[in-house]
Amino acid sequence: MNLKELVPQKLKEKFPDITFHISDYKDELTIKFDKKNVVDVCKYLKEDDDLQFYYCSDVTAVDWAKRKNRFTVVYNIFSLKNNFRLRLKSDVDEGNCAIDSVSSVWGSANWHERETYDMYGIKFNNHPDLRRMYMPEEFEYHPLRKDFPLMGIPGSLPLPKK
Amino acid sequence: MDQLEKEVHPKILQALLDAKTDYTFDDALENEMILNMGPQHPATHGVLRLLLRLDGEKIVACVPDLGYLHRGYEKMAENMTYYEYIPHTDRLDYISPMANNVAWVLAVEKLAGIEAPKRAQYIRMMIAELARIASHLVAIGSFAMDVGALTIFLWTLREREKILDIWDILCGARFTNSFTRIGGVANDAQPEALEKAKWFVDQFEPNLEECEKLVNANRIFVQRVDGIGAISKEDAINLGFSGPNLRACGVNFDLRVNAPYLCYNEVDFNVVTYSEGDCLARYFLRLDECRESAKIVKQVLEKMPQGEVLANQPKKVLPHKDEVYTKMEELIHDFMIVNFGINPPEGEIYHAIEGSKGELGFYLVSKGGGRPWKCKIRSPSFNNIQVLPKLVVGQMISDVVAIIGSIDPIMGEADK
Repeated sequence: MNLKELVPQKLKEKFPDITFHISDYKDELTIKFDKKNVVDVCKYLKEDDDLQFYYCSDVTAVDWAKRKNRFTVVYNIFSLKNNFRLRLKSDVDEGNCAIDSVSSVWGSANWHERETYDMYGIKFNNHPDLRRMYMPEEFEYHPLRKDFPLMGIPGSLPLPKK
Repeated sequence: MDQLEKEVHPKILQALLDAKTDYTFDDALENEMILNMGPQHPATHGVLRLLLRLDGEKIVACVPDLGYLHRGYEKMAENMTYYEYIPHTDRLDYISPMANNVAWVLAVEKLAGIEAPKRAQYIRMMIAELARIASHLVAIGSFAMDVGALTIFLWTLREREKILDIWDILCGARFTNSFTRIGGVANDAQPEALEKAKWFVDQFEPNLEECEKLVNANRIFVQRVDGIGAISKEDAINLGFSGPNLRACGVNFDLRVNAPYLCYNEVDFNVVTYSEGDCLARYFLRLDECRESAKIVKQVLEKMPQGEVLANQPKKVLPHKDEVYTKMEELIHDFMIVNFGINPPEGEIYHAIEGSKGELGFYLVSKGGGRPWKCKIRSPSFNNIQVLPKLVVGQMISDVVAIIGSIDPIMGEADK
């Protein structure tokens, strides 16, 4: 069976009470669902014998600036067995800016989640080591948010004291 | 300890102290020590900083600290057009800039729905494979130099210099090339460049053999790296190794075969794998990949068709410069594309190529404007460094430089 039909079908069978929004653009399958189920769904996708999404390429986020749910966290996973790439998405609101960490499912998600936290300020619950990835710990802003200016904020990175 | 607390940020220190270890200290001596390695260290290939916790000479925990070369390329991508970003991709993996150019334009072409002509695709394949050879030559040479074999570095750089000469003829630049364009390449490959490429691959294999003879039978080199920094197949996949490092663990995964792009399904080559997953396997794998790449370049040069090198889509592809100066239509299109960008339709795509370090991908979100709404660089070196703590724990301090050399990180790419 084609993986593009198999993955949504299996997910719907396994999780009947979650709504999955499925889209297919430029030959890439994207599945969107609520953020509270993220660990269960990811674990199932990894551990199911037919799917085996063992490889997590990337975790990132998109800042939509003016939408109601401001951020979307994007997971980019790959199944080496089926040679199939899948994108998972989950909306995160600015007020409750947190999502469960999937670093217990895929080890490689660890640093990607740290980077997302650094750049967007999205907190990952139960993350083993949630520190900033690139910016210094003392830095107060999250540079990839759309309200952060391109030129930076003067004085946000203080020079060393004399 | 008090001194340390002042100098190291408390969160970093805590991460070091919390790191899980299976080691027990039977010695009566109090022998824990925290060592700061880098960012200015000749063996860290750039500005990689490692904080190491040591028991004597043995490494108990390792915490990499990134960000010393963070230039905010993802933020910059959101504020410039797709064309303007091409020169910036040169600065990601600065050892193989040509391959990055190819990765970027392929992603944009997928987003905008452009297909480059066949000849342009073959030229891109040629430069991507030459870039892989150049990158692997630096990797092999600097790895051997890190463990003390200096001569091979000079010899592999001599070979790389010939590739830079080819690039010089192709586009006038030796290092930061920016040779590709959306919908094709900047100019057709000159006959001299193709001849030089042919000459290069013909003389490359004997020269590479000469290089490897220097160290392959050298007992000091082999014993220094054999069995060091080994990782299992499962761990490598879980922690996100990719490219040559992943294949050295026995995983047969290569995007050129698994998700073919350009015309890789028209050429014949092998995906090399080794099963050991240690430094020596990664070294041998890079040598073999150089040979395979030379094989691909040979076939590409034989099969390269004649024809146009820019797609004929005036609203999205920049016209040739000579036409801009002589024709009205082209002048208008040139003005519109340069000032307002190519406006791909709303949507999101991810496209990855098998770069010289691993899976180099771009995740692009377009909202219909001339600039990307979001650009995420999936850089292989970032992932490869993530595996580093797993590799070095339990090894000696002198092995750290060998392991860093063998996984071949480029900080321009890891720090973005």
